[in-house]
Amino acid sequence: MLDNIIAVWPEIVTSLGQTFYMMVITLAVAVLVGTPLGTLLYLIRPGSIISAPRLYVAIDGIVNVIRSFPFLILLIAIIPFTRLIVGTAIGTTAVVVPLAISAIPEFARLIEQTLLDVNRGIVEAAESMGANTRQIIWKVLFSESRAGIANAITIISVSFLSFSTVAGLVGGGGIGDFAIRYGYYRYQTDIMIATVILIVIIVQILQTTGNFTVRRLNKKN
Amino acid sequence: MISLKNLSKTYATKDGELQAVKSVSLEVAKGDIYGIIGFSGAGKSTLLRMINLLERPDTGSVHVDGVDLTSLSKKELLKRRLSLGMIFQHFNLLSNRTVSQNVSFPLEIAGVPKAKRKKRVAECLEIVGLSDKANAYPVKLSGGQKQRVGIARALATQPNVLLCDEPTSALDPQTTESILAFLKELNEKFGITIIIVTHEMEVIKTICNKVSVMENGHIVERINMRDSTFVPQSKIAQFLFRNEIEFQGKEEIANAR
Repeated sequence: MLDNIIAVWPEIVTSLGQTFYMMVITLAVAVLVGTPLGTLLYLIRPGSIISAPRLYVAIDGIVNVIRSFPFLILLIAIIPFTRLIVGTAIGTTAVVVPLAISAIPEFARLIEQTLLDVNRGIVEAAESMGANTRQIIWKVLFSESRAGIANAITIISVSFLSFSTVAGLVGGGGIGDFAIRYGYYRYQTDIMIATVILIVIIVQILQTTGNFTVRRLNKKN
Repeated sequence: MISLKNLSKTYATKDGELQAVKSVSLEVAKGDIYGIIGFSGAGKSTLLRMINLLERPDTGSVHVDGVDLTSLSKKELLKRRLSLGMIFQHFNLLSNRTVSQNVSFPLEIAGVPKAKRKKRVAECLEIVGLSDKANAYPVKLSGGQKQRVGIARALATQPNVLLCDEPTSALDPQTTESILAFLKELNEKFGITIIIVTHEMEVIKTICNKVSVMENGHIVERINMRDSTFVPQSKIAQFLFRNEIEFQGKEEIANAR
């Protein structure tokens, strides 16, 4: 068994690199675009700080529609768009586009929920001290929910590690694709088990790091 | 110094419109400790929150030091709020900030430079006697300590008015007493005008010099506490001033039988 694994080790390393590449870009886009989007959703909710019910219904709807798409279908459906953005529809970079598109609304929703957990009374106290909306967002909402935001990042990393395994379908590679190609198609059960163990370890590391960060950031109890 | 004229506020609820405050007018003079008392849902908190425009009145005007706050631009209003400190029943401290960072918060909002902030935070913590807790997080504090941090935070920008929304309702009787004594001291020492909303008669009796009794969105009675000969006229005021909740309870039990 060990021989088999050693033989494909270089390919495992390449696959891990591809997974890492997909995850980093997807997470970065999700956080950079999803955070403002989720914050906007929180702010324009009916009865919130900048209540805009109609706009909320519109954006909320779009977010739901994208989230409803099964990832595999989204991956295929937006091929023309992917080609437009990164110039190709196959390969690791091409998978990043659908991954990011599906991660943005997912993360935005997590952020919205996290912000909803911030005590409204604290926001009101800040308002009574003359804080403007920008100050409320940065100094109250993000500060009070920083542990929740770290938790949201952890959740999204784990679920998109799983999503990224579909990447093989368009030649994206990654560790999940490797497991399917060697373990499943070639009936090399030992390699499949080894790869799955590797993925389990990665998930454990992500989750443990996430939990640790959440605990460090949370001063509520 | 504070003059409220014909304030009304209506909320849209699932069961139709709810008029929380119905054409209320109120005058508060400099140096007053003005109580607003009533039962839950009487509209007293809404009235208080209209003074710094956390709630915008549907009609009427709010004059503070001669300026009509309802006519100000958003930016001017935010600036004005710095002179109106506010404290809350549930303290509303930022849980991820230490005590001193909480007190520093309104100063950051106001754009005070760091060195000045540090000095003012130390002063305010000194005033409320919590200098030793400067680096503690709110979760480690008792209710009374949290409220004192709330007061220190409200004092940081040197307001001349302190709005208190049920400041002692979440505290035990002893802590209530010490917070009230403290508010009184602030009033006497710094000349801060205090407006205090409460459902506790003890609060009114202990520190207020004037009181308005609210019921169903109206002020039903105004009483000058210095006038020891007053006789409560409205039913609710009689109830509150008789302080006979116990007796009332027995009567109800008797009636039920």
